[in-house]
Amino acid sequence: MNAVRSSWLALRSSWLALRSSWLALRSLSRAMFLGFVRDRAALVFSILIPVLFLVLFGSIYKSTSSPRISVIEVGRVALLDQADAAAPGQLGNLLAITHSSDLGAALEDVRKGTSDAVVQQKGRTLDVHYSIADQTTAGIVQSVFTSIVQQADAAGSNSAVQLTTQQVEDKSLKPIQYLAPGLLGWAIASGGAFGAAITLVSWRQNKLLRRLRLAPVSVGSVVLARVGVSLGVALVQLAVFLAIATTPYFGLKLSANWWMSIPVVACGTLAFMAIGLLVGSFARTQQAATAVANVIILPMAFLGGAFIPLDYAPSWIQDVSYAMPLRYLVIGMQNVMARGEGAASALPAIGILLGLTAVLTVISVRVFRWDAV
Amino acid sequence: MVARVSATISVRNLRKAYGSTLAVDGVSFEVEQGEFFGILGPNGAGKTTTLEMLEGLREPDGGELAVLGLSPWPRNPALLPRMGVQLQASSFFERLSAREQIRTFASLYGVPASRADEMLAVVGLAEQAEVRAEKLSGGQAQRLSIACALVHDPELVFMDEPTGALDPQARRNLWDLLRRINADGRTVVLTTHHMDEAETLCDRVAIMDHGKILELGPPAVLVRGLDTPVRISVASGQLSAATALSLAGDVTGGNVTDNGVSLSIATRDPASVLAGLAGQDALTGLRVQGATLEDVFLSLTGREYRA
Repeated sequence: MNAVRSSWLALRSSWLALRSSWLALRSLSRAMFLGFVRDRAALVFSILIPVLFLVLFGSIYKSTSSPRISVIEVGRVALLDQADAAAPGQLGNLLAITHSSDLGAALEDVRKGTSDAVVQQKGRTLDVHYSIADQTTAGIVQSVFTSIVQQADAAGSNSAVQLTTQQVEDKSLKPIQYLAPGLLGWAIASGGAFGAAITLVSWRQNKLLRRLRLAPVSVGSVVLARVGVSLGVALVQLAVFLAIATTPYFGLKLSANWWMSIPVVACGTLAFMAIGLLVGSFARTQQAATAVANVIILPMAFLGGAFIPLDYAPSWIQDVSYAMPLRYLVIGMQNVMARGEGAASALPAIGILLGLTAVLTVISVRVFRWDAV
Repeated sequence: MVARVSATISVRNLRKAYGSTLAVDGVSFEVEQGEFFGILGPNGAGKTTTLEMLEGLREPDGGELAVLGLSPWPRNPALLPRMGVQLQASSFFERLSAREQIRTFASLYGVPASRADEMLAVVGLAEQAEVRAEKLSGGQAQRLSIACALVHDPELVFMDEPTGALDPQARRNLWDLLRRINADGRTVVLTTHHMDEAETLCDRVAIMDHGKILELGPPAVLVRGLDTPVRISVASGQLSAATALSLAGDVTGGNVTDNGVSLSIATRDPASVLAGLAGQDALTGLRVQGATLEDVFLSLTGREYRA
């Protein structure tokens, strides 16, 4: 009986301990969350500015795309000649036609996004291959060729022509497809690094860190609460970015495995918080912490594929990017969000980000100071 | 020697060095339950380091130390709920209101929010409950910080220079609060370099300098032990300096100064000087100043300026 009673008591006391840590964790998280949402500067920096960049760059790159549809004519397509003859010059306003004899190479051009459609005539059948990566372009291709066929039919010069359309999977990235993961990666990296560094330094400066150390609450609860708030903020950033990027105006089409970007975002947040923790362990003032975090994050945004898409970056940047933690966050998201790759494609990025988190956290724990002196 | 367990705080030969500097150099004292104990000293005397070792924030290099019968180092979770530490008026979470601050601290100790709200009323901040900590006045922030230190009803309270930069009204207001805290039966240990504060609040004070306790005892006993002359001053023009000098009597080593506003007599026999002044009907503007704790302090630590 005694054994039962004592184990019951042990169970009860560990339950109570667990409950009080949970309550402490909850109230610390609440305090930190309120501190964050009431900080206008933090809200502007972590959400408003990145979103503004997305809208701005998204619109700029969108409007510079060529209004004419580039079409590769494979072999000779009599219908195009007829349409041109019927209304001279008009077709040229809509379509920029190049000629090719190699269907495979032409289709590859569409896949890469250098051309919008391939057209080939086989007897009475008009085959149109086009990409649906850009819905506007795809719509124009469809309507242009439909009307060409209808006009030919109406002219009655030939018996009816059959139009077949085939969609070509587009592997190239439209601006929104690299802008969204890139700018989001930058926003998450800044949020995590600045959040951790500034919290650590300011709490050490105003002695809140010391006050918490004197309360019966574990360091783990304090860290967990801060990490929880940062993860929450990062997921809000993800949601806001996806909501804006997937509007018809920007036209980001999420791949099937986009949900895999959630763990990538979480691991990226951890990695950049670990960077911030290390910065905060050394920096003595908030100004110093901000400056050092900027020196780390800003160049990384350019060299890690956040501001300059790596596909179009000079080769030296592509080489350097492998040393940039931000690269793995951006590429990891891009693969599952925009490139339509499998869920497993994000795993290397997740592994690298978690490994970095572990290494930096170990270093930070060693150089950690509770007090300014 | 073994530290006495029955005392609330028992310190024997406590030592702490930073590099080659001995911050605390063989300090011994005891604080009894319910006592109001002050540690005085100029900047760099070692009082804050002593306090930090008592709180369990620093590891002593040597000596014995027991707080509520327990060792504060390494961080002792059994001790933490029993002591309250007031650090600085700025040790708060950013952008939280007074009520949110104290409720957060309360929850760290498993104390319900209702008790936190009560504590806010005790320190007179019920009306400022919605005000953010950064927006409170110096005195209000200090009272909030004390409320946060007391929210879990600790037996022992540590305060590091609680009236640091407050105006006279706020200081007196805070003194009343500190007296009430002590009157409730809590043991209070505070560091200060305001002598008047130590004199009015503390049952006993330890005067520290260069890491050592120079003098330890009730403020009144320390002042009496100094044996300095009493200064008696009256408004000028009521009696001549010569008369005054004869009143003071050279035998008692008295001396007289007259700056045109006040005539001051320093004497070790204030009774006869006061009787003499009364006989001359020269008591207008009378002030009698005995030695203060400040005089004790200055005589012990010297007058030279230290940054």
